[in-house]
Amino acid sequence: MITDSVRLGFGWQEVHGPRPGYFPFYIGLIICIASLINIVRALRMAPDQNKTFVQVGQLKLVLTVLIPTAIYAALVTWIGIYVSSVLFIGFFMRWLGKYPWWKVAAVSIVTVVVFYVVFEIWFKVPLPKGPVESLLGLN
Amino acid sequence: MDEIQSLMHGFGVALTLKNLALMFTGVILGVIIGVLPGLGGANGVAILLPLTFGMAQTPGGATSAIILLSCIYWGALFGGAITSILFNIPGEPWSVATTFDGYPMAQQGEAGKALTAAFTSSFIGAFVAVVVITFLSPVVASFALEFGPPEFFAVYLLTFCAFIGTSKEPPFKTIAAMMLGFALAAVGLDTVTGTLRLTFGSTHLLTGFDFLVAVIGLFGIGEILLTLEEGLAFKGAQAKINLRVVLDTWKELPRYWLTSIRSSAVGCFMGIVPGGATPASFMSYGVARRFSRDGDKFGSGKVEGVVAPETAAHAAGTSALLPMITLGVPGSPTAAVLLGGLMIWGLQPGPLLFVEQKDFVWGLIASMYLGNIAGLIVVLTCVPLFAAILRVPFSVIAPIIMVICAIGSFTVKNAIFDVWMMVVFGILGYLFKKLQYPLAPLVLAIVLGDNAESAFRQSMLMSQGEMGIFFSKKLVGFMTALALILLFWPLISWLIARLRRV
Repeated sequence: MITDSVRLGFGWQEVHGPRPGYFPFYIGLIICIASLINIVRALRMAPDQNKTFVQVGQLKLVLTVLIPTAIYAALVTWIGIYVSSVLFIGFFMRWLGKYPWWKVAAVSIVTVVVFYVVFEIWFKVPLPKGPVESLLGLN
Repeated sequence: MDEIQSLMHGFGVALTLKNLALMFTGVILGVIIGVLPGLGGANGVAILLPLTFGMAQTPGGATSAIILLSCIYWGALFGGAITSILFNIPGEPWSVATTFDGYPMAQQGEAGKALTAAFTSSFIGAFVAVVVITFLSPVVASFALEFGPPEFFAVYLLTFCAFIGTSKEPPFKTIAAMMLGFALAAVGLDTVTGTLRLTFGSTHLLTGFDFLVAVIGLFGIGEILLTLEEGLAFKGAQAKINLRVVLDTWKELPRYWLTSIRSSAVGCFMGIVPGGATPASFMSYGVARRFSRDGDKFGSGKVEGVVAPETAAHAAGTSALLPMITLGVPGSPTAAVLLGGLMIWGLQPGPLLFVEQKDFVWGLIASMYLGNIAGLIVVLTCVPLFAAILRVPFSVIAPIIMVICAIGSFTVKNAIFDVWMMVVFGILGYLFKKLQYPLAPLVLAIVLGDNAESAFRQSMLMSQGEMGIFFSKKLVGFMTALALILLFWPLISWLIARLRRV
């Protein structure tokens, strides 16, 4: 179903003092109005035009990517970007791609080493590191 | 001819060995970005932007940095055509129209011809647009030097209203997306009074949302999620380009000179007036079909049907940089990211750039000529290589793109919080795409929100709160009126259609 924009009208309206809040307030107002019109349009849409918003199978696929990605973002905080990237790429290849372990390991580790060379050595941009990197003495 | 002289000076700036190397690097990276699902001009440039922070600080470095980034943009424009012709998957939204005739041609074994036609006409479109930029932008800039806050607000208003008036999506969806962008832009320190807004007590939000992170998430992660839904396999035609095919196609192309001119004109116009490359390519395809002698055969693999949208898309994508360097108002999401880059490097985009940073501006314009030539050479010679990238299984390429996106958003401010924001924006981008909300206005509003707001408030201070200031002078009044007409254009055209029917 295309019942949309309920999400958009998240009642975001507040005035932080008259001057700085002026702009956001009216923006909030316009969002609410536009969302209302969108909801009305969506509800009035003829049923035959009404496509399924997302099928269960598709949703499953999307979630199998989304959840690991969220976990990945969390892992970066704890163990640094390199180790979590290896795990992330490895997980994908093993679980979705069904590759043999040696291929999984090779691709994920080579990718991460390339990133390390490009970012840390070539462009001198420090990326988040964790305990494993300090063990290897890369900090 | 001042412009010619300045341009020659610009060539002097751009034609160093280092800059030429950067050009080719940029174009190659750009084509790869354009070919890969989930990476496009806007977020590709956004990911690489942090890497140029260091480069831009050296003397003359800002020019090299913009050359690198703009060449990525050209490359991405070229790259979109490869996937749409060979795989029927538009790598970029503006190459959707190219699939209509390009893919049938590839199926009939004429992939090489279609690709050559696409690349050549892209080049012609871009070339026309660069000529337009060369001669028009100094005029616009000198004109814009006299602009005050009300005029600038009117220009912003015009930009945003043009989006509402010309977009394919229902206008209220465009408005909702745009306003959400403004809301996100308002988070953090208020630029005029210095008070905190909408941070809800979170220290992470003090500095506001970074539009680079938003772009990476919205376009990158969102796109990957969407691609996943459609299945994981790519099936495509083989591509072989050799000199014979290229020359044969070039012999045939002059026949379509009228289509080329028309499409270039459509493209330049749509690029300068912020409509963007995507509507330009559709429009030009439609126009070409109507005017062509065998318009009925469009869609079955006509060369003309490839020429028209590609010329227009490139002309629009290139000329979108004109308002960016002259007024500081980008005409497309990628131009918006480039604009953000200029600000980060410490250059104030807008008319003053032509006075204070002559080297930079003319170096950039000269690099547009050179970059597109470099692009043409690269794509004509390396198509099989780029097509091979798409044959890498998705379960390998997807996580690598995700990791690149994560690194890209981390390096913007060296904050892990931004990686989280990227995931959130990715989900948002996915939902937006599913619900057919346009993303471009959202991005533009995030980038321009603060500027538009402060222009508005400064004008209000000047006029003591009188809205009449936006109609007080001829120029500003004209722009405001035009903006309002565009804003209500969907309504007006609906009324006209109604009246005709009665």
